[in-house]
Amino acid sequence: MTTTSLPRYPGRQRVTQARVMRSEWIKLRAQPSALWSLASAVILIIAFGILYSLLREARPPQGAAAIRSFDPVSVSLSGVELAQIATGVLGVLLITSEYATGLIRTTLAAVPRRLPVLWGKAAMVAAVTAGVTLPAALAVFLAGQEVMSHQHLAVSLGSPGVAPAVIGSSLYLAVCGLLGLALGALLRSTAGGISALFGLFFALPIVAGFLPGSWSGDIGKYLPSTAGLAVTTVHPDPATSLAPWAGLGVCCLYAAVLLGLAALRTQRGDAK
Amino acid sequence: MIEIRALTKRYGTTTAVEGLTFTVRPGTVTGFLGPNGAGKSTTMRMILGLDEPTSGSVLVNGHAPRAHAAPLHEVGAMLDPRAVLPSRSAFNHLLALAATSGIRRSRVDEVTEAVGLRAVAGRPAGKFSLGMAQRLGIAAALLGDPATVVLDEPVNGLDVEGIRWIRALLHDLASEGKTVFVSSHLMSEIGQTATHLIVIGRGRLIADTSVADFIASAAPPVVRVLSSGQSALAGLLRSPDVTVTPADDGALMVSGLSAGQVGATAAAAGITVFQLVTEQASLEDAFIDLTKDAVEYRAATCQEEK
Repeated sequence: MTTTSLPRYPGRQRVTQARVMRSEWIKLRAQPSALWSLASAVILIIAFGILYSLLREARPPQGAAAIRSFDPVSVSLSGVELAQIATGVLGVLLITSEYATGLIRTTLAAVPRRLPVLWGKAAMVAAVTAGVTLPAALAVFLAGQEVMSHQHLAVSLGSPGVAPAVIGSSLYLAVCGLLGLALGALLRSTAGGISALFGLFFALPIVAGFLPGSWSGDIGKYLPSTAGLAVTTVHPDPATSLAPWAGLGVCCLYAAVLLGLAALRTQRGDAK
Repeated sequence: MIEIRALTKRYGTTTAVEGLTFTVRPGTVTGFLGPNGAGKSTTMRMILGLDEPTSGSVLVNGHAPRAHAAPLHEVGAMLDPRAVLPSRSAFNHLLALAATSGIRRSRVDEVTEAVGLRAVAGRPAGKFSLGMAQRLGIAAALLGDPATVVLDEPVNGLDVEGIRWIRALLHDLASEGKTVFVSSHLMSEIGQTATHLIVIGRGRLIADTSVADFIASAAPPVVRVLSSGQSALAGLLRSPDVTVTPADDGALMVSGLSAGQVGATAAAAGITVFQLVTEQASLEDAFIDLTKDAVEYRAATCQEEK
């Protein structure tokens, strides 16, 4: 290995939030595990959505009431419920990969105020997740409606509440990424972060299901994933689900609170 | 310039660093020495604002570590050369780091060129040998042309050519007026590079001195003499201030006199001198001598834990 002398590099090199976001973008696009999480989110959205649409085409709703309450939008967007884990894992990995390798020390030494790093990662996970999953949601909606149109069950993108459900699905997946990021920043461990994510998305709804009678639905619909998934529907059942945007709002609140706690933990104490 | 005042760091009941006070000045290479576990890395993390001191203060270039507006221009550091995402290329690793401070892509190229990694910059950093990882860590430390450079065990894992390279690099950085602070647990690695030394053991300051004074204070030079009348000469040399001990090969080891004084005494008595050498205590000996207590303490604790 040959070496040459290094020229000086004068000038002020201030850290700004925009620059940290650019740094996080460079890191994300050069982190294969993060890209795999995104790819699996897209595959899950599309594959599961088409599969379930085919199933409902084969077994269409019977009777007037069932047809009235049938929600072809949520059927075609059913893959979102699986993809939420993929985008949540993406959020976890973006921060825990740095703690696991010790890279976090290099990162925080370069940005000693620390919080711009958390906000930069949050902006990246939200923007990239929404940006990548929106086309997937749109594609699976169109494909699913095409499948279900054979049974005259399909709706168009212009119907009331349909476009918001498609857009809301990708926004919900972005919020899942933020939940994962917050859990990762709080627990600083990949295994811990992903376990907490499963607990939040799957274990809590199961526990709520054990609650007696109407409590089950009343409490259950405020849980993060149940609340957030309301946005994938056009006709949610009021007994078990919040209204679409109210549900997404509740889910955002969880993310905001957890991100706030993550910020406190990041800002204080030792970075390790 | 690094100013450390009454710095203490505790993790639970373990005290890693206790009451450290010293200043690292610009324009020279300062070695930071201590046995493994002495608290060197902990101190360096506090210099970078990564660990919060339990008490005491750290100022880098006159500011608290977490108050720098342009951190990479103030202090460049390598703490752990293996702290990279294994799958990310060395170039992207540096590019992301540079981006936080708006440092241009051309500077990333300059730095990779200077550390000799230009040809392999596109490879995943996790596939690098330890020597290459060290060079990548040093490249990261130099990105922002920092006023203060902090390197934790930079020589570790380098081959002879790499060690020579880093010595020249550290001298160049110091001659540019930078503050250069380099840790090591091996005196031999740092003795030829540093001009000033901070020695710690068990988290406490043992010495804050120039390399020359450090050697002189720890072990005075010994004169080795071989002559035609060893026992006669020994009798002439002995006095309350002078000790004479025979070496295995029959030579006399004289401490407390210069080589000139020993030679003059022999000449006056008509004794022929075959060999007369001043033996300087090595840096390693001086270091081991000074940190003996700290090492013994740690060995004892390990046994208790068993």
